[in-house]
Amino acid sequence: MNQEKQIPMPVRYLINIALLAICLVAGNLLISGGFISSYYQKILLQVGIYIIAAVSLNVATGYLGQLPLGHAGFMAVGGYTAGIFLKACPLTGIPAFILSLVLAGIVAGIFGIIIGIPALRLKGDYLAIITLGFGEIIRVILLNIDNVLGFKLTGGAGGLMGIPKYTSFNSVFLCVVITCFVIHTLIKSRHGRAILSIRENEIAAESCGINTTYYKTMAFVVSAFFAGVSGALFASYLGILVPGDFGFMKSIEILVMVVLGGMGSMIGSVIAATVLTIVPFLLQSISQTVADYRMVIYSVLLIVVMIFKPSGLMGTYDFSLTSLIQRLINLPSVHEGVAKKGDGRNE
Amino acid sequence: MSKMVPMPSHSILPQRDVDKTPILEARLLGIDFGGLTAVDNFTLTIGRTEIAGLIGPNGAGKTTVFNLLTKVYQPTRGTILLDTKDTSGMNTIQVNRAGIARTFQNIRLFKNLSVLDNVLIGIHNSMDYPLVTSVLRLPQYWKQEQEAKEKALKLLSIFQMQDLAKYQAGALPYGAQRRLEIVRALATNPKLLLLDEPAAGMNPSETAELMENIRQIRDTFQIAIMLIEHDMNLVMGICEGIAVLNYGRIIAKGTPEEIQENPAVIEAYLGKRKEG
Ligand SMILES: Nc1ncnc2c1ncn2[C@@H]1O[C@H](COP(=O)(O)OP(=O)(O)OP(=O)(O)O)[C@@H](O)[C@H]1O
Ligand SMILES: [Mg+2]
Repeated sequence: MNQEKQIPMPVRYLINIALLAICLVAGNLLISGGFISSYYQKILLQVGIYIIAAVSLNVATGYLGQLPLGHAGFMAVGGYTAGIFLKACPLTGIPAFILSLVLAGIVAGIFGIIIGIPALRLKGDYLAIITLGFGEIIRVILLNIDNVLGFKLTGGAGGLMGIPKYTSFNSVFLCVVITCFVIHTLIKSRHGRAILSIRENEIAAESCGINTTYYKTMAFVVSAFFAGVSGALFASYLGILVPGDFGFMKSIEILVMVVLGGMGSMIGSVIAATVLTIVPFLLQSISQTVADYRMVIYSVLLIVVMIFKPSGLMGTYDFSLTSLIQRLINLPSVHEGVAKKGDGRNE
Repeated sequence: MSKMVPMPSHSILPQRDVDKTPILEARLLGIDFGGLTAVDNFTLTIGRTEIAGLIGPNGAGKTTVFNLLTKVYQPTRGTILLDTKDTSGMNTIQVNRAGIARTFQNIRLFKNLSVLDNVLIGIHNSMDYPLVTSVLRLPQYWKQEQEAKEKALKLLSIFQMQDLAKYQAGALPYGAQRRLEIVRALATNPKLLLLDEPAAGMNPSETAELMENIRQIRDTFQIAIMLIEHDMNLVMGICEGIAVLNYGRIIAKGTPEEIQENPAVIEAYLGKRKEG
């Protein structure tokens, strides 16, 4: 074990940063060179937004091991927060956009605490039902709050219109990178291990002195925060929000992404979010009738994956480019053990 | 082995621990599950560096005593003094931080995590870097993680398990899983370590090794260990004071020699054999 060559940490970071920079530059060149039409750009932005949504939900489902069904509710909170802020804010441009993203995350995070503290006292089905209820309540409030209280805030069923459109390839790309980085570093820390230990065995976690209530809430808030950010990106991408965008089915769609990708696998969530966002567009390009059967196709996909690989496509595997390189370097001297490596979490 | 000395509370303590305050004093502990009194009148004192045994037939209430001490169940009656501090009102987490760590009869490892991560979760509370530090990967993160990893490997080396660090805990053989649970419990820096049937499922040579390890753990860490075990060779071999439980009540306390000759104990065990 000790004679294995290890890539030192700074080099790992450089490799990853270089790779991301190449992707960013390449994306920009392709777009400015006209190789990616505005239609494909649209798909690309949605892919990014759904990656953030799925990766953030994975914190609560995959890592913490709970089953919240109200993720779209947090997206709605973030989306409307950003939309209303951007319309009211005297600032314009990038500073306003960044502020709106952060604000959306914070407000969604606060909702995460409010809903998390009572919900996390419950387990399994009960938590699912409470969060499902939360998502629906948010939608109904957004729909009716103007009528009831006489505000001119959310635009009700007509939608929140005229949100400045700032969401671009670069901003989505950066948000995806930041989200994945933050969640990755969180999970690879003592805080992340505490969250994982709750999923694995709550009684054992408590007997190790892990403050389970605190860490459940933390996972829930982180999950809600980034859901809020993805909602904000969505708001500033469409320029108009309707409460119906964030219904129960949206929560389910994101959950399907996480489950298909493999609960607890970030790369799984990323891949599944990408595929499941592109598929509807593909179907649409074939014919509208096929596209209408999207949810049927999802269900079949889900059933097939659950039959052949119940832990999802990637299981709990986490991809690391540098680990891969490291493994290639060490290939000749590799001696495979009997047991499986744990969670791919080798530093 | 140090001589056992009787105490006013009908308990005995190793001679070397007599001058120090006991690590655990349970007084008239009891719990009812609905109509069933699972444990009653449980009074026991354990010395600072004692290896104590808790034995009794199946269903006697041994595991329940551990669950009371660690507050998995709140006692219906009685008090627990841990290092002279009353633990009433504390929960499992607080009791662990106050100094009790345990293993489980039905192993409760973090199965999908690596062996190393299992131990690192035990070390969790010895680290204190905040969330921001882990996300930004500040120097404090690297330093504490490195120290924790070294500590974890050192603890694993008690059982020569340091080379298994990267493997998935759930994939280990049964005996190794039991040993890993002990390491994880030790990682929380306990003053009192509770082992619930540590030798269950082990073969005789593994059990003999385990006995050595338990003694070694007590000697190196200078902590008290209380173990539940059905393997009488192990219990009589390493325990200094033994309490025998039957139908939720202590029927005998004493040294291994006293326990082996105690008529009530013999009857409890023989009675069980007749039934079975
Ligand atoms: N949560 C509970 N609810 C109801 N009864 C319980 C509960 N936990 C334990 N008991 C009962 O308390 C009694 C003692 O159980 P316990 O598990 O402590 O026995 P034990 O001495 O550890 O036995 P073994 O040697 O088989 O492990 C049993 O009759 C059991 O059914
Ligand atoms: Mg038991």
